Amino acid sequence: MSQSVLEVEDLSVTIATPSGPLQAVRNISFDIKRGESVCLVGESGCGKSMTSLAIMGLLPPAAKRSARRLAFAGEDLAGASMKRINQLRGDRMAMIFQEPMTALNPAYTIGDQLIEVHRRHKQQGDRIARERAVYLLEKVGIASAAERLGQYPHQLSGGLRQRVMIAMSLMCEPDLLIADEPTTALDVTIQAQILRLLADLQKEFGVALLLITHDLGVVARVADRVNVMYAGEIVESAAVADLFAKPSHPYTRGLLDCIPIPGKTAPGEELGTIPGTVPSLIGGIQGCAFMSRCPLAQGVCAEGAPLRHTNDTHAYRCIVEAA
Amino acid sequence: MLAFAAKRSALALLVAFAVSIIAFTLLRMSGDIAIAIAGEGARSEDIAMVREAYGLDRPLFVQYAEWLFKTLRGDLGQSIFFKTDVATLIMAKLPTTLMLGLFSIMFALALSIPLGVLAAVYAGSIIDRIALTVAVAGQALPNFFFALCLIIVFSIQLRWLPVSGSGTWKHFVMPTIALGYYVTPPIMRLVRAGMMEVLSSDYVRTARAKGLSPASVIFKHALRNALVPVVALTAVQLGFLLGGSIVIETIFALDGLGYLAYQSITHKDFPITQAVLLLLSATYVFLTLLSDLANAWLDPRIRMA
Amino acid sequence: MVDVASAPKAPPNAALETAAETAAAPLPTGAGATTPPSTLRRMFRHRGLTIGAFLVGTIIFVALFAPLIVPHDPYAQDLTRRLIPPVWYEKGSWAHIFGTDNLGRDYFSRTLYGAQIALLIGFSVMIVSGFIGSALGLIAGYFGGKVDMVVTFFITTRLAMPVVLVALAVVAMIGSSLFVVIAVLGLLKWDRFAVVMRSATMQVRSQEYVSAAQAAGASTWRIVIGEILPNVMPHLIVVATVEAGSAILLEAALSFLGLGVQPPLPSWGLMISEAKNFMFFSFWLIAIPGTALALLVLGVNLLGDGLRDVFAPGGRS
Repeated sequence: MSQSVLEVEDLSVTIATPSGPLQAVRNISFDIKRGESVCLVGESGCGKSMTSLAIMGLLPPAAKRSARRLAFAGEDLAGASMKRINQLRGDRMAMIFQEPMTALNPAYTIGDQLIEVHRRHKQQGDRIARERAVYLLEKVGIASAAERLGQYPHQLSGGLRQRVMIAMSLMCEPDLLIADEPTTALDVTIQAQILRLLADLQKEFGVALLLITHDLGVVARVADRVNVMYAGEIVESAAVADLFAKPSHPYTRGLLDCIPIPGKTAPGEELGTIPGTVPSLIGGIQGCAFMSRCPLAQGVCAEGAPLRHTNDTHAYRCIVEAA
Repeated sequence: MLAFAAKRSALALLVAFAVSIIAFTLLRMSGDIAIAIAGEGARSEDIAMVREAYGLDRPLFVQYAEWLFKTLRGDLGQSIFFKTDVATLIMAKLPTTLMLGLFSIMFALALSIPLGVLAAVYAGSIIDRIALTVAVAGQALPNFFFALCLIIVFSIQLRWLPVSGSGTWKHFVMPTIALGYYVTPPIMRLVRAGMMEVLSSDYVRTARAKGLSPASVIFKHALRNALVPVVALTAVQLGFLLGGSIVIETIFALDGLGYLAYQSITHKDFPITQAVLLLLSATYVFLTLLSDLANAWLDPRIRMA
Repeated sequence: MVDVASAPKAPPNAALETAAETAAAPLPTGAGATTPPSTLRRMFRHRGLTIGAFLVGTIIFVALFAPLIVPHDPYAQDLTRRLIPPVWYEKGSWAHIFGTDNLGRDYFSRTLYGAQIALLIGFSVMIVSGFIGSALGLIAGYFGGKVDMVVTFFITTRLAMPVVLVALAVVAMIGSSLFVVIAVLGLLKWDRFAVVMRSATMQVRSQEYVSAAQAAGASTWRIVIGEILPNVMPHLIVVATVEAGSAILLEAALSFLGLGVQPPLPSWGLMISEAKNFMFFSFWLIAIPGTALALLVLGVNLLGDGLRDVFAPGGRS
């Protein structure tokens, strides 16, 4: 019985575009242990969403994935048959997406969509499925759960729909839940609620969580471990406390500088910026991708950035050793 | 939903009225009916007599009002050529045309939905290309030419089907194909476009993420949403089919409204022409109304608005 | 005949074809993407469009130079040479490449002259109906409100009338001739123009450059001609080609039923009608004009589809 729920080794995703192949994800490796909460953080376009879609086998037709190893609870995913993948999806591994307004089928009731996934995988009959649906809807904080079952998605607000999505993902008691920017499309006030809900449920059900986000604040609240992505690569990987205490990669440091920290940032103090833009991912990237924007860049960075370790669980890619 | 239905129905009624006025006026104005009724070689006194007898000398709107009231009472007048009353004639021929229309649309759906789904699921592949090619070619083929070719192949060479007439179900096979193939491409394209759009939607991605079977994803989740506009289109196409059945029925001498309309036109038999025109228009209006309501019913968002 | 048009909030159920603007898989537009090729280049690359243009172009060429190309007079009858099969049959001869019909007239010559009629009909009806429909659509789309309601009502009413039946009836009354057919079809087939132009105008009208022109005090006329029309042109061209094809088929059907162009004019539809009594043994008599019709309409449709693809925002390859 493997300790790791998810093992990703050298995962790459290449997308065919009219201008050439775009390397959205470049040889990333990470793993997630049982019950652990891991965040994948980075700005738009860094490849974090593509990573989650690649794991679930939901990449768009133009995107191709390759990996040295992609395993769920020890079982190989990369070479698995479509039939096996479909058995795992929704049952052992579940996913919720960024846009709750369009994630539910407008033609069927909430109840129908909740029950169908349970019926498909558990085959315990509709009554049990229905009970579980009501139970989970209440767990995610939806009042009058039984009545809600008969409602259609358009009758619910965005925040409510996302709660339904969370409930739906937990219907079959998965081992891994992937959440791709689950709060980005929601009101700021709702965001905190949903995040707290996710964190609570994760602890209660012991589900491993892979949370994709661009918001370091979210990371601080929810994660056990963090992987920082930039231009398709993981540039730093650490336990969450470590990351905030001792950010080692220049990009991570740059990100943290941009955020005002209550108590630490003086009023009127200028926030940091990271000059420049993300390089094009079409055709390969030579050497360190962050070089063009890095305050510590040296000529030798063009040949690549080696992997360094601060300690057992803290790694980063940089020529420069962090102080 | 009720308010929606009421509004649409009122609009439909208004359109039906407008059509009746236009149909009436058009026919009266495009030729002197009295001459047509009196026949060729009639003397001017005869023509004048006919004019008076049929009330053709009264102002147009009076004639229209009278015709309208009679029509609403079910009295569609007398056929000049067939010498029986129009209503009976029409009721006798109507079932044939209705059956032809229904069979044709069923044929079209049986072809276009599977083709459209296949083309969408395998978008860009050879299957897709074939489907699109067939669609484009189908729209270019004149239906009367196609009908004649069908006759040559199935009646003459293979001797499977009768050439013309309307006695048995066999008489309906070729007319159904000849009429149905033409509406297949637009329906197929709509199914294909709708499916492609829906297959890349977020909720289909959710369905896949739930590990549902491919069949469930395609048919329960995708097709159900993609078909919503197709229902509406189908109803409209049915309306067009009924109008376009004239050519097909005439070629196959299928004894329906279309053939009746053709005969009435060539014999300048106005009462029938008017009645058929009105009936076909009313049917079309009714069908579009039905499709509007079906649309609303199928999409819960409209239904509950 | 079977019309489908796209428009938001159009007359009930004229708004149906979610046009083959099929959704491509969502792709990130990575930094460094090259600019899309120009419209003209896309046109040359689009296979359907080039085939369509080739077909239509060939037929136009043939029609224009028919008097110079044809070996015989298309109206000259020779009862001693009736029903000679085309050259690819055993009994055929090069003197009559497409054979002769039941009155001994050279079929090749008649087919070529038939192209003139088909193109004339297609073009004329397209112009007439295009003018009427576009004007109505522009007005409805630009002014909106009550004007729009009235025009939409017109369109809905016109859609409710079975075109073939009305055309047949009117032609039967007035008397059939080339001119009458063009007039009747032109006055009946404007609906799709109106629907498409209406929705296109509504889209364009909401653009900022129109507000800018209005703010600058430009007259309505100038705005319509200067701002709206150029931007609505692509849609217009696409609809025009499709309607031309539809008009050609409609005239063929009318002539086939005897209520279109009158003999001895070599309308392809009429030729098929005249030949149907002989079609069992002389299949080519209907096959040749039938194929000619199909090829012309196919070419026109491919052209229209191709133009629609090329003009679509972001154009597909």
